[in-house]
Amino acid sequence: MKPKETTEHFILSSSPHAHANSSVSRIMLDVIIALLPTTAMGIYFFGMPAVWTIATCVSTCIVTEALCRLAMKRENTIGDLSAVLTGLLLALNLPAGIPLWMAVVGSVFAIGVAKQVFGGLGMNPFNPALAARAFMLISFTGPMTTWLKPFWWRTPDAVTTATPLVASKALFGHADAVAQATPHAAEALSKIPSICDLLVGNMPGCIGEVSAAALALGAAYLLWRKVITWHIPAAFVVTVFVYSLIAGGAPAYTQVLTGGVMIGAFFMATDYVTSPTTAKGKLIFGFGCGLLCMLIRQFGGYPEGCSFAILIMNAVCPLINRFTQPKPFGAK
Amino acid sequence: MKTVKSPFKFKGGVHPDYNKDLARGKAIELVPVPAELVVSMSQHLGAPAKCVVKAGDYVVKGQLLGEKNGFISVPVYAPANGLVKSVEPRLGPAGGKAPAVVIDTTVPAPEGTDAAEKTLPPLDWKTASREELLARVNDAGICGMGGAGFPTCVKLNPPPGKRCEYLVVNGAECEPYLCADHQLMVERADRIRLGVEIMRKVLGQPAVRIAIEANKPEAIAAMEKAFADIDGNVEIVVLPVLYPQGSEKHQIFATVGRVVPEPPALPIDVGCVVENVGTVAAIADAVEKGRILLSRVTTVSGDAVATPKNVEAPLGTKYADLIAFCGGEKGHVAKLVSGGTMMGFAVSTAEIATTKTTSGLLLLSPKRVFQYSSQACINCGRCVRACPMNLNAAEIAKAVEADDIKSAEDAHVMTCIECGACSFSCPAYRPITQFCRRAKNSIRARIAAEKAKAAAAAAK
Repeated sequence: MKPKETTEHFILSSSPHAHANSSVSRIMLDVIIALLPTTAMGIYFFGMPAVWTIATCVSTCIVTEALCRLAMKRENTIGDLSAVLTGLLLALNLPAGIPLWMAVVGSVFAIGVAKQVFGGLGMNPFNPALAARAFMLISFTGPMTTWLKPFWWRTPDAVTTATPLVASKALFGHADAVAQATPHAAEALSKIPSICDLLVGNMPGCIGEVSAAALALGAAYLLWRKVITWHIPAAFVVTVFVYSLIAGGAPAYTQVLTGGVMIGAFFMATDYVTSPTTAKGKLIFGFGCGLLCMLIRQFGGYPEGCSFAILIMNAVCPLINRFTQPKPFGAK
Repeated sequence: MKTVKSPFKFKGGVHPDYNKDLARGKAIELVPVPAELVVSMSQHLGAPAKCVVKAGDYVVKGQLLGEKNGFISVPVYAPANGLVKSVEPRLGPAGGKAPAVVIDTTVPAPEGTDAAEKTLPPLDWKTASREELLARVNDAGICGMGGAGFPTCVKLNPPPGKRCEYLVVNGAECEPYLCADHQLMVERADRIRLGVEIMRKVLGQPAVRIAIEANKPEAIAAMEKAFADIDGNVEIVVLPVLYPQGSEKHQIFATVGRVVPEPPALPIDVGCVVENVGTVAAIADAVEKGRILLSRVTTVSGDAVATPKNVEAPLGTKYADLIAFCGGEKGHVAKLVSGGTMMGFAVSTAEIATTKTTSGLLLLSPKRVFQYSSQACINCGRCVRACPMNLNAAEIAKAVEADDIKSAEDAHVMTCIECGACSFSCPAYRPITQFCRRAKNSIRARIAAEKAKAAAAAAK
């Protein structure tokens, strides 16, 4: 006798039959939400050029992603929002006044070369936005280091200037810059914005990197939503701060609050795909980012080293992962 | 006796939606013997029992149906009187087919048959010898009623040189929906107390740790009352609510702070024996009343059953009969799960019958069932943080996906307890647990093949 035939059609699957209801697109959306305060501050300080740069990067990234997937005959992945995020992050890491065609080239590079060539989300060895920024810095050095002054439209005679990083670089090694005020150091020191301006972001820089307060707000959201853990940002920021204390020069908080450290530590270095998996690995990774960033700032050819530091650590990430594998419960 | 908070917290774990309100606090109801029972010869881990009846035989409640077949095995008895309609392979909850005895319980006993339930002679546990008690646990067909169903007499008889220092009584019940153990602790605390005293004697007076998750205050209170005047080193350990707190290894860590080494090590290697509360109560009944294990307490729950209940049903009751007893289906049932949502088995039909390890039956509506297509791993690390065994689940999954079983083995996949925490927490909906299962099966098959080959070579 055969078992009774049933008309039921229950769904069969291997356990577990429950899910935390998280999703990749929700994570990406959370990071986008967390970037909104700094995006708003960037637009507030740099005006319409910032708006156009952001719109160009985001739309180019989406179109490039769709075209690449089409060309590779793979399913369309723009719905996971990772391309939107890459576009936004890239724009936030560009000077507001950059010619828009350069922003287009950078966006195509970010998605086409840094991401899809490797197989798309999850496969890229380098953070796509940072890889594109580095590519643009090398290709378009002039425009990439020409900074609009905040509220540039109010000062029509001199709309561009250097970032405080150039001044900070000159101050390295001056144990107490204020006391030993050589004319050179004094001049450099005078170019460092007040702590209030540093926090609000009233200084020249990339669209999304200037406002430390807005970035901190977004970072708090990411930590609260458990999108990121504290390990990478904490190790990164503390390393920058301590290095700067030891090296002397501009006040140590300047190094944390200027340039790309805040956006880098909380939004770029924490990119899942290109950072280590375990807590220990993340601490090593964050320390490496902070150290390399400061070494480049003090001794390198560029005033800013944050993106290169993270990219170099991206390359080291598989090695870090290899040496920081978790020890199984009960393993010797 | 004292109540303590668990001093040790294991790494990892997740918080699924527990949905325990559906059946919590509902008194255990006895399910009447259904018209047809399907008693599987494979009630647990290990070899199936050897069937000793044939079609046409009349069996009475408590009569032997299947003999113990090997060391890791327990006998199977008839849960009710009836006529054996057939002995045939039947689908079990885990998907495979095993021989089962199909009993028609509507047929009256033929003239001249002694239709009285067969029981074993009651034993006085205080005067009975250790061997007598062990034999009784075996003869009563008792196996672990928490999950895997390891034969209890094997656990209670540690190999020479190993001593049990701690008896851990598992009342964690960390699986979502399930309340059977909870209700059992509330209603039958005295049985558990007696079972613990018997097991303590068999195991040579170990310390006792009764582990209960903090979300069961009524159970904790009932156990405190039942154990109030017990002598010796007995503690009720209140565990934080965290899945998979009920896992043997994690419970040992949470209660006594010891870590069971990787497989093939067993809890007894760190001086511990873990038994589920249902098993403990069954031992008390088997010894004191001579009662054979013929039924068990099961939670029937989910959002697609009319009245969620905690029921005590004869072994071999078909899921369809359990569902009918609970008022039938409510709306469309998309998934039928034998067990909890984290480790239970989705089954294809309600014709499958309960066994000694059926802790729950869940009827889930389409809105509680998630169907997905998985995406690429984004290396977010959620699975690694969720893994209670601290495995790099993401790497194992990637390796298995690429058919690289060797790398998965190097990443300790055999240590995986298949709790499901990784798949549960994966935002890319990757079937990580399933990948681990695939790797484990393939490694086990390889080891078995190697053994067979070595045996064949030795035979030549």
